[in-house]
Amino acid sequence: MSKKIFAVLSLLILASMLLAACGEAPLECEDAIGCVEVAEGDPIHIAYAMVTSGADATLGIDSRNGAEIAMDEKGGTLLGHPIQFDGEDDQCSAEGGQAAGTKLAADPTIVAIIGTSCSSAIRVAMPLWTAAGFTVISASNTAVDLTLAGNENNHPGYLRTAHSDSVQGSAAAQFAWEKLGVKKAATIHDGSIYAEQLQQVFADAFVALGGEITSQESVDPQQTDMSGVLTTIATGAPELIYHPIFIQAGAQIVRQARETTGLENTYLMGADGMFSPDVAEGAGDAIEGVFVSSPDFSAYGDAYTTTFVPAYQAKFGSVPVSIFHAHAYDAFNMLYACIEKVAVGDKEGGNLLIGRQAMRDCMYATKDYQGLTGNLTCTPTGDCADPKIAVYEYHAGEYPPVKIWP
Amino acid sequence: MFKRRRQRATFTDIVVWAIGAVIGIAVIYGTFVTWRTAQYSAEQWINLTIDGLKLGGVYALIALGYTLVYGILRMINFAHSEVFMSGPFTAVFLAKYLDSIGFYNDHPIISLILITLLSATVAVTIALLLERIAYRPLRYAPRLVPLITAIGASFFLQYTFRGLYGNDLEVYPNMDILDGTVAIGSIDVPKTDIVVIISAFLMMFLLYSIVQFTKTGKAMRSVSEDKEAAALMGINVDRVIVSTFALGGASAGVAGILYALIFHTAHFYMGFIPGLKAFTAAVLGGIGNVVGAWVGGTLLGLIESLGPNLFLSGLGVPAANQLKDGIAFAILVLILIFRPTGILGERLSKAKA
Repeated sequence: MSKKIFAVLSLLILASMLLAACGEAPLECEDAIGCVEVAEGDPIHIAYAMVTSGADATLGIDSRNGAEIAMDEKGGTLLGHPIQFDGEDDQCSAEGGQAAGTKLAADPTIVAIIGTSCSSAIRVAMPLWTAAGFTVISASNTAVDLTLAGNENNHPGYLRTAHSDSVQGSAAAQFAWEKLGVKKAATIHDGSIYAEQLQQVFADAFVALGGEITSQESVDPQQTDMSGVLTTIATGAPELIYHPIFIQAGAQIVRQARETTGLENTYLMGADGMFSPDVAEGAGDAIEGVFVSSPDFSAYGDAYTTTFVPAYQAKFGSVPVSIFHAHAYDAFNMLYACIEKVAVGDKEGGNLLIGRQAMRDCMYATKDYQGLTGNLTCTPTGDCADPKIAVYEYHAGEYPPVKIWP
Repeated sequence: MFKRRRQRATFTDIVVWAIGAVIGIAVIYGTFVTWRTAQYSAEQWINLTIDGLKLGGVYALIALGYTLVYGILRMINFAHSEVFMSGPFTAVFLAKYLDSIGFYNDHPIISLILITLLSATVAVTIALLLERIAYRPLRYAPRLVPLITAIGASFFLQYTFRGLYGNDLEVYPNMDILDGTVAIGSIDVPKTDIVVIISAFLMMFLLYSIVQFTKTGKAMRSVSEDKEAAALMGINVDRVIVSTFALGGASAGVAGILYALIFHTAHFYMGFIPGLKAFTAAVLGGIGNVVGAWVGGTLLGLIESLGPNLFLSGLGVPAANQLKDGIAFAILVLILIFRPTGILGERLSKAKA
């Protein structure tokens, strides 16, 4: 049967080539899941879905800034069409993901989406976007299951330039075991998929190295009083607490751990969600000596320091405020290259057709793409990252934190 | 008498009491298991208790606003959580400014008084505007109307402040004299906690005295008993209502600064959870009752901070500390089932039959 379809398809393609050769014939969409039509003068629409409000806003705004710089470098145009880059707030939550997901899914002009910021949001938004035929590439989703083959949370059309947490969690465990020489650790998560999976990866890797996990606790993302959970943790006398959560609760944990009997000298370690000036400000002097894991900025190419950061500073008036700007920059450029490749029609600004399946196929086929974050090759499930994880140490009154490992 | 009660008991009553009994037994059993395993040291229990007391103090001060307004207008002012937010969210900018010019740590006491005054002023202003614009035109409307208005006003205020100050997390600068701990016996108590507990208590006492011993307080109590009769006796009801809102606003403003001393942060959404907790505290102690607000707040703070470690972990509940809000609201439900008038009863409102 597939032979038959193949035959029909090839006939159609042949026919379309003939028609195209004729020049004047209208464009016909042959894509399996439909096309985006871009009429002459209309913009090509790339949307974002990132957290742009609330306590975690810097995470999303920083990524959006990265993508905007990529857009500026291209002069804001693609194949003679202006690029329309707008979007929705994912609020870093499932509820926000639902709202942003529904809203964007209803817009047929969207070719691709950069987002979401948070794994909790993509989990509910992605089924909607898969059905709408979008290509989605996230710059900061790190939850393991999103690109796990056969997992219910891995959907067609999803890719990411961020590292998977299976890498980050293991690196953190290795750092704790080898560099700090810690034998007993406790973990805290906030019920989000990101934190829950990341602390589990850490715990598994830490135990595999020979360490002991004294307790795995959880808090609420909005919670302010941490005394109870910290007291519980203190009874196990861990030498390190791994709390890969977000800014608001993270800052409170850092602050209150220092005031909890038995935890005054315990190492504290967060993950990329806590790499933010807001954490340093929120925790005050207690931030001194807190570790965070993050993508290794020093492993980025020279273009990062010589071109990207100055451009960022010139446009937004500050150094990058979070850590996934380069990932968003790469994501935007990958989308740009693929649209350029798969669009058919008049590529000088006239009528265009962009096949939705062709777009996805092109993205999944990305190989050895030289991005800011490294050498990107996408797997069939959408993992495009070239993960290099480093550990940074905060010092009171200073930002950004200093790289100490590896 | 016992017989009559047994005859009157319906099936629902039996189910409700059974639920109560099961919860009671679970709490006692969980506590017993925790006590047997001796997982926590005495010092840790004391620390948790101090924590509960300081949170309780803040809840009590906010609860006072709910209770006073309920006592007089018979309505739940759900926008009170935003009155609480408005104070510290405004004062944080003054605190940051004072810190930037170095005044904050050079004259900490004056700075604290200044930011508290600003916070209380803003909170009182918001409370008065609420009363004038949102509630006074509806004073004789059916009960449900001001309730819905209160919820609408709450959202309006939240997003107004978001528009004014943005949606970032604002951070109170550290105050050097509040850093560190004081040794009481063998226990190190953070200085902030001592300041918060004492100020909350003093503030409560002050407000209680105003209600009990001043002319305005007397007028409030009489309006709360019978508005029409009070008006006939020459009491200016409008003015009494305004001063009630002002009193509630002031206590919320002070509570906001105490909250900020504990957690150091302010943002437009900060009022929501403490507001709900304080409402629970007010109902727990007996809404309309000033002493009840204090009892309810303190009790709620203690249960919240001790509960998860005391009985939930003893029962083997995983991640017990994430359920602390759950405990608070479970108590609200239980109180409404078993003692709808709260622990001390609705003292101010009993005349309203």
